[in-house]
Amino acid sequence: MKLSAEIAQVSARKDILLMTHIVLGYPSFETNREVIAQMVANGVDLIEMQIPFSEPMADGPVIIKANQDSLLAGTRLNDCLNFAREMTGTHDIPFLFMTYYNILFKYGIEAFCRRAVEVGVQGFIVPDLPPEEGADYLKYTRQYGLAPIQIFAPTSTPERMSFLSEAGGGFIYCVARRGVTGTQTTFDEEFNNYIAQCRASTDMPLAVGFGISHRDDVQALIGRADIAVIGSETIRLVDRQGAAAVGPFIAGLR
Amino acid sequence: MKNLNGYYGQWGGAFIPEVLHETFRQLKDFYSAARGDPAFWQEYADLMATYSCRPTPLTAADNLSRHFGGARIFIKREDLNHTGAHKANNVMGQGLLVKRMGKGRVIAETGAGQHGVATATMAAKFGFKCTIYMGEEDVMRQRPNVFWMEKLGAEVVPVTTGSKTLKDAINAAFRDWVTNMDNTHYCLGTACGPHPFPEMVAWFQSIIGLEAREQIERQFGKPPARVYACVGGGSNAMGVFQGFLDLPGVELVGVEAGGEGLETGRHAARLASRDGSPGVAQGYKTMFLQDDDGQMRTTHSVAAGLDYVGVSPILTDLWEQGRVRFASATDSEVMAALELTMTREGIIPALESSHAFVQAFKEAGDMSPDEAVIINMSGRGDKDIFTIANAFKDPSWQQFIIDKGKEYEAER
Ligand SMILES: Cc1ncc(COP(=O)(O)O)c(C=O)c1O
Repeated sequence: MKLSAEIAQVSARKDILLMTHIVLGYPSFETNREVIAQMVANGVDLIEMQIPFSEPMADGPVIIKANQDSLLAGTRLNDCLNFAREMTGTHDIPFLFMTYYNILFKYGIEAFCRRAVEVGVQGFIVPDLPPEEGADYLKYTRQYGLAPIQIFAPTSTPERMSFLSEAGGGFIYCVARRGVTGTQTTFDEEFNNYIAQCRASTDMPLAVGFGISHRDDVQALIGRADIAVIGSETIRLVDRQGAAAVGPFIAGLR
Repeated sequence: MKNLNGYYGQWGGAFIPEVLHETFRQLKDFYSAARGDPAFWQEYADLMATYSCRPTPLTAADNLSRHFGGARIFIKREDLNHTGAHKANNVMGQGLLVKRMGKGRVIAETGAGQHGVATATMAAKFGFKCTIYMGEEDVMRQRPNVFWMEKLGAEVVPVTTGSKTLKDAINAAFRDWVTNMDNTHYCLGTACGPHPFPEMVAWFQSIIGLEAREQIERQFGKPPARVYACVGGGSNAMGVFQGFLDLPGVELVGVEAGGEGLETGRHAARLASRDGSPGVAQGYKTMFLQDDDGQMRTTHSVAAGLDYVGVSPILTDLWEQGRVRFASATDSEVMAALELTMTREGIIPALESSHAFVQAFKEAGDMSPDEAVIINMSGRGDKDIFTIANAFKDPSWQQFIIDKGKEYEAER
């Protein structure tokens, strides 16, 4: 089933969907495996798996460190692809790849899309690839039935949002605020206006990420967004308390 | 060098996160307006003449010419530019643009520290707040420049992620910018990064080539046979090369960091070695030193300013077209060329600049006395006193440091 249809189906049953994030190979693939099992068992609806990159320009300290440590531990792209195949074969929810453009570019964009379909992934989030630079990427994701998820930011104009929506697929990832991943967001008037603008600019579901870490944040998004994205917080949690803490944390968010 | 979509052949582009889209749109607008306004360049040239010692001289290095017995060697003296390197050209130009944009804060990355010092200087002069990101490894290598940046009023943030060098400082500066873009301009220090930076930085640096062209014709009566420049990100090279690009008879030579030797893998030669491959990182497409998965490799050079994984997309295009030839110089060749230049000419090139001297010295002897070569001396070497003294294992300097250390220890 296509990602957008799958999201629509789950949305009919739930107030808000949860998407979580992991960095592949951090702290290890064994831990990734356990964390994902806990996430799925506790109702997570989508998972973005970040393929580590040496220059994670749009990420904050927690995810930078995870990228770096994963690469230091020897994570290779092929390990990430094989692990993705295992996860999509084990768990019945959509999985996405999040990574930086060079990983796709170096592999060959068409070849990467083909591989992603083989391993059962449904779409990509590539924060350093605006549609203007992504002609091949947009062509091949379409051709292979993958969702090229686009990003809205609080600085995006309404015209820009419409343009991004045209190019995108699956859902729109709305960056909740300026800055990088990993610090708290406030849900004020300005935020409401921003989300209203996002809504008016696209027919696709809206995911909101950056600084979503508590039950209150998720609650605040109900009625505004379709998907709440939990990013750095689970990495912090696993660092401090281990993989077993993830299940109860996720269960407590909705 | 003007190309509005930001591509030079297949290289360049603007691979930026969405949150910066509007910021880049604004920057492109202000840059285009400035570029189309002769009064802007005049204001820039006047500022550089009254604040920064421009035009910098072209020095005939007759002792070196005699030593090699071939081509006449001329040295373009960017060391005499204010703050001691070509970096000030770019920074002052961007400073004027920041004034036009009405922003009150500038941030910058720095490797050798020269660009950081230049940016801190510009911020002091124009009354901007200033934060400089510098890899922790470079903070150690270039301590005197850190001292000056702080004294000039800038905040220096050591970057502890990644390889703790220039590329990581660039990532850190981008992370600041995505948070503070409304009042902050990122003053990128070299002809790299997303469009319009390569073109804009090359434009401000073109002042070097404009002067050099006129000077060599006046002092030597004709254009040079070859022009040599070191290549980190590529800004000083682009600067001087632009004076001669329209003359097919002038050979342009870019010299990259050969580090411990190309065969060791410990170098930063993206174009002169076979280790570079096409990639996209730090917002632009060029030849990078990366592994098969697309992960950037750690680079090595005695010169912090050349120790970088990518290279200007404009230079990569000129290399691909065969217009610019690339060579590399090893750390030890650099020390030898530096020593020779100091003792023969009384001129102290920066470690970065010394790379260009190495290649010119390798070739000058085989050329004829009615040919001239220009070496772009991008900066002065006294900033590198700790690294240079260390490399020469200078005993009296070591004793001085030991004594000074004891003195500070006793005062505590
Ligand atoms: C004196 C000097 N020369 C050269 C460079 C290399 O930069 P670019 O290749 O942009 O000229 C630096 C960079 O810090 C420098 O300080």
